[in-house]
Amino acid sequence: MRLVDTVQTSFKTVLSYRIRSLLIILAMALGVAAVVVLTALGDGARNYVINQFSSIGTNLLVVLPGRAETSGAFLGAVLGQTPRDLTLKDAQLIGRLPQVRRYAPLNVGEAELSAANRLRAVTVLGSNVHLIPIRHMVLAQGSFLAHGTENNAQIVLGAKIAREFFPRTQAIGQRVRLGDSRFLVSGVLMSQGETMGYNTDEIVIIPIGHAQVMFNTTSLFRILIEAKSHSEIEPAKQAILATVKQSHDGEEDITVITQDAILSTFNRILQALTLAVAGIAAISLIVAGILVMNVMLVAVSQRTAEIGLLKAIGASSVDIRRLFFTEAVLLSLAGAILGFLLGQFGSLMLRLTFPQLPAWPPVWASMAGITVALITGILASMLPASKAAKLDAVNALGKK
Amino acid sequence: MIRLTAITRTFHMGDQAVYALNNINLQIASGEYVSIMGPSGSGKSTLLNILGLLDKPDSGRYELDEKLVTDLSETEQAQIRRERIGFVFQSFHLVPRLTAAENIELPLTLSGMPSEQRQIRVEQALQAFELKQRAQHRPAELSGGQRQRVAIARATIMQPSVILADEPTGNLDHQIGAEVMSLLEDLHHRGTTLIVVTHDRELGARAHRQIGMRDGEILTDQANATG
Repeated sequence: MRLVDTVQTSFKTVLSYRIRSLLIILAMALGVAAVVVLTALGDGARNYVINQFSSIGTNLLVVLPGRAETSGAFLGAVLGQTPRDLTLKDAQLIGRLPQVRRYAPLNVGEAELSAANRLRAVTVLGSNVHLIPIRHMVLAQGSFLAHGTENNAQIVLGAKIAREFFPRTQAIGQRVRLGDSRFLVSGVLMSQGETMGYNTDEIVIIPIGHAQVMFNTTSLFRILIEAKSHSEIEPAKQAILATVKQSHDGEEDITVITQDAILSTFNRILQALTLAVAGIAAISLIVAGILVMNVMLVAVSQRTAEIGLLKAIGASSVDIRRLFFTEAVLLSLAGAILGFLLGQFGSLMLRLTFPQLPAWPPVWASMAGITVALITGILASMLPASKAAKLDAVNALGKK
Repeated sequence: MIRLTAITRTFHMGDQAVYALNNINLQIASGEYVSIMGPSGSGKSTLLNILGLLDKPDSGRYELDEKLVTDLSETEQAQIRRERIGFVFQSFHLVPRLTAAENIELPLTLSGMPSEQRQIRVEQALQAFELKQRAQHRPAELSGGQRQRVAIARATIMQPSVILADEPTGNLDHQIGAEVMSLLEDLHHRGTTLIVVTHDRELGARAHRQIGMRDGEILTDQANATG
């Protein structure tokens, strides 16, 4: 029997058992679609988090006071001492390191902002001129602590704050009261919305000196550092640890987090999540494969008389095996293609519904989904096909 | 030319061996018209299945056209069934999904013949068996006589040298049965060996040679004087 005739005959058979074929194709398609959509979701979530995290800075290191001890006795704890504070002096020392491009000390607090008969509580960041570039914030208007004005009572307003307080007038140049001090509005941030759960539209930024006076503290909340290049991140971390250790009387009592390390951890976790989800979806493909096997086995017993007849008129076992095998492969192939299209459509719907989620199905997942569908289909058809081929013609013909 | 030598076929019913064919020796010349008769269980259908290579004897030799076929591989036997033997069954055995024309085409498809040549042959067969009007109908839409005509057209499309018919009129009324028999006899007149299994005495009597079987053995083997 020629290949073209085998395929054509099997194709006709698939068409003639319409409902049965549709159900198998649907089962297969749902499995493939599940793989495609779920990996699109997983990969989309991964890209979303990575983008968000990358957007907070480049080659970023964060210094936190205190140290999470995992082992050993901390002498200070025995003596009832708290870890040493992180101070502006530490920040300045770090700023002199050759691996560091720029640094921004950071204090965070709450204060009441009042102007033009309006009053509201705002989150206050105290820092220096470098905060804005390091944190990838953009000024819509004005400037912040431009050269020679480091200690001026300047304030930068978040986009939403500026809109609320000065809906009709220009915010720049206005005087506002923050806590007990008066500030001159020198800049307005561009609206950036929420990144990493923290909305830059509703903050105000003032010089670090003023912030420390306002919150009556000499210690820093964080120091943000931008390394000179990607390869300088790790050396910078070591240099920072060494510098601060020296100035803290040999006590290593700070923690340095690199954006890079967090990024790759997130990447790994979310990639593992995507794979796990794909694996779960793949189970539905195996189930579909078993369904194909079942249906083909039923087909063999339903068509016993037909198989006997085919043998009587000269079909060899090989012909019979090929016919059933081709039938199963056609069903699986149709299911895989339909599933791929369904999956692409589902991902498109996801992207339309959640525009911020880049839910593109990864190519590897689509390929893997289709391949697994075909392999399970082929494996599942082997048993029924060989059962059909082994049927004894005389007995087969005897059955109606 | 068919030659069976000491053919034995046993079936097992529980622990008891039943001889369906017991040491059968038979020679049928090319172009003969033979009927095999006997009560049910006499082994006549088993004999026909062995002649048609659907069943294998436990022992003995089967030569078809001077060629020993008992030892051939499954694939080679399939080829012989395809090219030299045509089957006609009591219950027609048409594929219900396929049209009359497609049913007739099946053996040609199995033989690997290209589609254009198949269409020509099928067209001729439809013409010869007066099935042109019914070519695109499925078996369920055909009468019994038409179904058996399709089955005969399918059995002869490869121009086999032997036609094996197992109760070919068993599911047909008398008149249609007679028409079907004359179709088969026409094939015989054109030189095909025709072997008909039946338990209908009247039908068996039409053959030129009648073989009577009982309990797996050949009881009588006589030439018909009128044949």
